[in-house]
Amino acid sequence: MSLDTPTLLAIVAMAVVTYLTRIAGLLVADRLVLTGRAKAAFDAIPPAVLVSVIAPTALTTGWAEAIAAAVTAVVAFRLPLLATIAVGVVSVVVLRNVI
Amino acid sequence: MTMDQSTPYFPTYRREIRAGLRDIAPVAVAAVPIGLLFGAVAAAKGLSTLEVAMMSASVFAGGAQFAVIEAWTYPVPIAALTFATLLINARHVLMGASLGPKMKVTGIQRLIAFFFLTDEAWALSERRALERPVTGAYWAAMALVLWANWTLSTMLGAVLGSFMGDPARIGADFAFTALFIGLVAGFGRSRVTLVTVGVSAAVAALVHHFIGAPWHVASGALAGIAAAYLAAPGGARP
Repeated sequence: MSLDTPTLLAIVAMAVVTYLTRIAGLLVADRLVLTGRAKAAFDAIPPAVLVSVIAPTALTTGWAEAIAAAVTAVVAFRLPLLATIAVGVVSVVVLRNVI
Repeated sequence: MTMDQSTPYFPTYRREIRAGLRDIAPVAVAAVPIGLLFGAVAAAKGLSTLEVAMMSASVFAGGAQFAVIEAWTYPVPIAALTFATLLINARHVLMGASLGPKMKVTGIQRLIAFFFLTDEAWALSERRALERPVTGAYWAAMALVLWANWTLSTMLGAVLGSFMGDPARIGADFAFTALFIGLVAGFGRSRVTLVTVGVSAAVAALVHHFIGAPWHVASGALAGIAAAYLAAPGGARP
């Protein structure tokens, strides 16, 4: 078991900002009423971040990954989460062997 | 951990704990393979089992942890990873603002209780709040089960992952991409969401290609957020 100092610092910083987001809502509970464009922007944060994280792997790694990502996106609207992951993994393995 | 002043053997208290355990059980079961996957991916990126356990126990936010691990490099880009974490977890502010007034927990106990805020516990509590107040006992039962479950399953994943070797061999490296696609699908197919996803994907891919990790996360996310702001019907405010 090893503990690297920059890694430890990153973990502590992540934990602190995450905790602040968790309690910040309690402080602004009565004042935070977002509407219109501001609400749309706030609601867009989770999908925007999630997509940004995977975009390089999904789009620019190769055809196998790009096609598997498209297949996964199609089934994602129909299957539960774990089944979606299984379809994605199986299709990338198959495509990497075919392409 | 006590989050409720009632005496432990008061029937209502026990009923609240039982209700919390019953509601969280399916969520905890579904989280085990995701935790194993996180641990394995983190181990493949070079984190030790101890580091994985510390991150899961102290950050306790799956989405942010997966995002950070995907962008993890050495030397560790602490500022970029922390900013990505902040962006992903900013939704907690709205969740806390909504759930806070509905919870029968006050003072320091509230500050402890909200350390354990997760999408799942939040959603279940919001649903329960439609019928009855959310008690500290109900929340604590859910929170502690999910927290222990996440910490232990990610640790186990790190241990198993280091024996497994290269995750790409069995397509496990793509499991993470598939997981995120599944999570994004959960936000629906509204016009604003589709615009957000398209803009974020394009900007993130370009920035990753021309500038490099981990800056694609922040730039892609900010571009998508700006696109949502512009694409949403604006003007009228109640």
